[in-house]
Amino acid sequence: MAGFHAPPPSDEPRDAVVEAHNARIGLWLFALYASVYAVFVAINAFWPQMMNAVAFDGLNVATIYGLGLIVGAFVVSLVYAFICRVPGGRS
Amino acid sequence: MNYETSPTAVVVFALFVGATLALSLYLGRRTRTAASYYAAGGGVSWFVNGIAFAGDYLSAASFLGICGMIAFYGYDGFLYSIGYLAGWIVALLVIAEPLKRRGKYTFADAIDSEFQSRGIKLVAAISTLVVSLFYLIPQMVGAGVLVRPLLGLPHAAGVVMVGAVVVFIVATAGMASTTYVQFLKGSLLLLFTGILTVMILNRGLKVDTSPDANLPQTVVVNGDGSKVVNGVEGGPLRPVGHVSKLPGGISETGPLGPIEFLKTIRESEIVLWTTKKQPDGTTVYSPKPTSGEAILRPGNSPTFQGLAGSSTAARWNFVSLMLALFCGTASLPHILIRYYTVKDAAAARKSTIVGIAAIGCFYLLTLFLGLGAMTGGALDPSNSNMSAPLLAKSFGVLPFAIISAVAFTTVLGTVSGLIVAACGAVVHDVIGGYLKIELADAKKVWAGKLAAIFVGIIAVVLGILFEKMNVNFLVGWAFSVAASANLPALVMILFWKRTTKQGVIASILFGMISSLAWILLSGDTFKDVYGLSPEQSIVPFSQPGIVTIPLSFVVLVCVSLATRKRVS
Repeated sequence: MAGFHAPPPSDEPRDAVVEAHNARIGLWLFALYASVYAVFVAINAFWPQMMNAVAFDGLNVATIYGLGLIVGAFVVSLVYAFICRVPGGRS
Repeated sequence: MNYETSPTAVVVFALFVGATLALSLYLGRRTRTAASYYAAGGGVSWFVNGIAFAGDYLSAASFLGICGMIAFYGYDGFLYSIGYLAGWIVALLVIAEPLKRRGKYTFADAIDSEFQSRGIKLVAAISTLVVSLFYLIPQMVGAGVLVRPLLGLPHAAGVVMVGAVVVFIVATAGMASTTYVQFLKGSLLLLFTGILTVMILNRGLKVDTSPDANLPQTVVVNGDGSKVVNGVEGGPLRPVGHVSKLPGGISETGPLGPIEFLKTIRESEIVLWTTKKQPDGTTVYSPKPTSGEAILRPGNSPTFQGLAGSSTAARWNFVSLMLALFCGTASLPHILIRYYTVKDAAAARKSTIVGIAAIGCFYLLTLFLGLGAMTGGALDPSNSNMSAPLLAKSFGVLPFAIISAVAFTTVLGTVSGLIVAACGAVVHDVIGGYLKIELADAKKVWAGKLAAIFVGIIAVVLGILFEKMNVNFLVGWAFSVAASANLPALVMILFWKRTTKQGVIASILFGMISSLAWILLSGDTFKDVYGLSPEQSIVPFSQPGIVTIPLSFVVLVCVSLATRKRVS
């Protein structure tokens, strides 16, 4: 399994500016995704009939929104990875 | 259903388990230190760790429970997929990097990093053990469910078998073997569910016009316990699940693309099956032709049917469940400890992204697997948990054998992770952190191995005792307790400088006790555990999250403000 392993762990360099930047970006993206998720939950809970409306190409809101939340999580994670910094300036 | 043991299934199962044990033995020779036993030496690559996240997280409840719920009720099962996946956003964007920087072996390390408090170590360890045990029970029950049709063994044999294999995995190489078993399991699960989805789409949809497709079925239990099924002593239930009408009056679609498949389902009529127990003990399974429109919208299952009515409690129950799923993932100790197996915060971030990709792919596939099982004519109307393996059986014995064996390794991977988390809590947090007993490195490894055997035995006993318990129900408990007890402390430690150790201890204890108390006093527990009327329950809805998670934050803030400031 040696090929699967990274080099042995070392003491990680700390950079308060980088950590604060990453945390700030993370919280903004979290707020964005959490809002979209909250709207999804609210529609399902209080206006479930809206989920039955056709949204796109014969698929209803429930299907499109649900699939979108799953794909959206991956997109948000990629955006986060792209914007994040690491100590020393590597990405 | 007639579950015949197939030699192919036994051979495939033996190969999977054998490969798992061989891998553990190989890695066991390299595991000498506490760091390698509890955190795989911190040298696991981010990609392996990401797939291992999937192997750790995609439990029997995800694979068997969600596929079964979609197969029986449609979109409602997919709501669980969405909630389980969304929780990873909290893990990635809020928890992953700071947790990696603050901890070494356990969840308690991270929240106690600035206090060095014995109290925090103890309550965090208790919380880890409670959540891990709640999560362990459904996995063990799931193993018993799988082994019966696969190998023809009784439930208890399946539970003992899983217990023995998992204790072997954890006792040989701890987190190292657990990581690679989870990596193997995550890869196999994605590969074979992907292949199964392609087979479903390639088969397309077909109207079943056979005369007995819509006949109700009955099961009568005699006084001596023997069963008369459809008038035949000891006979099998007929497999069910078919399309009764396709759009445009056609009888068969041929191969379909994924979007076309969902569109066609929405425009079709599908026969679902209802179960009713009559006062004389007879169980009647009746066909219920249902429009595709109704199947692809929320409110079709007993769990969420209140959404389609006017019940305010049902709506808040749903919101509460979705909140617990969202907050619970980043609070599960066996998931959090995976962050200690990589070298730095960047690797923690990258591995979470790989995990989200892998887990997201799987949850997308659950919709097709569930709908494929619903329309594939292979469902057991008495057991939704067997929907995914039986769907595979509709394509042949080999797919059935492989999917069942993959499901079994699913249980192995998750249970291994839970036992490692529990061992870390016992040895590192309780013995080392709370009791302050200094153990040499080698003794820490031995103590971990002994703890693995002990926790494994408890898991086996609970798995046998809770045989009849609903699997999803128990997983819901674990998420609610984890989110209420662990998340507020974790988040506030990271983002609020005035958090005190007293605030953390109070929040964990309050979150754990209040969510447990709420669950024990809920309508679902009254009905499913105590056998009482749910109307007698004390709390207004069954899921505690929407009350206990915010209150746990409030408790932490109030107690922290009332006690001394944290030393910066």
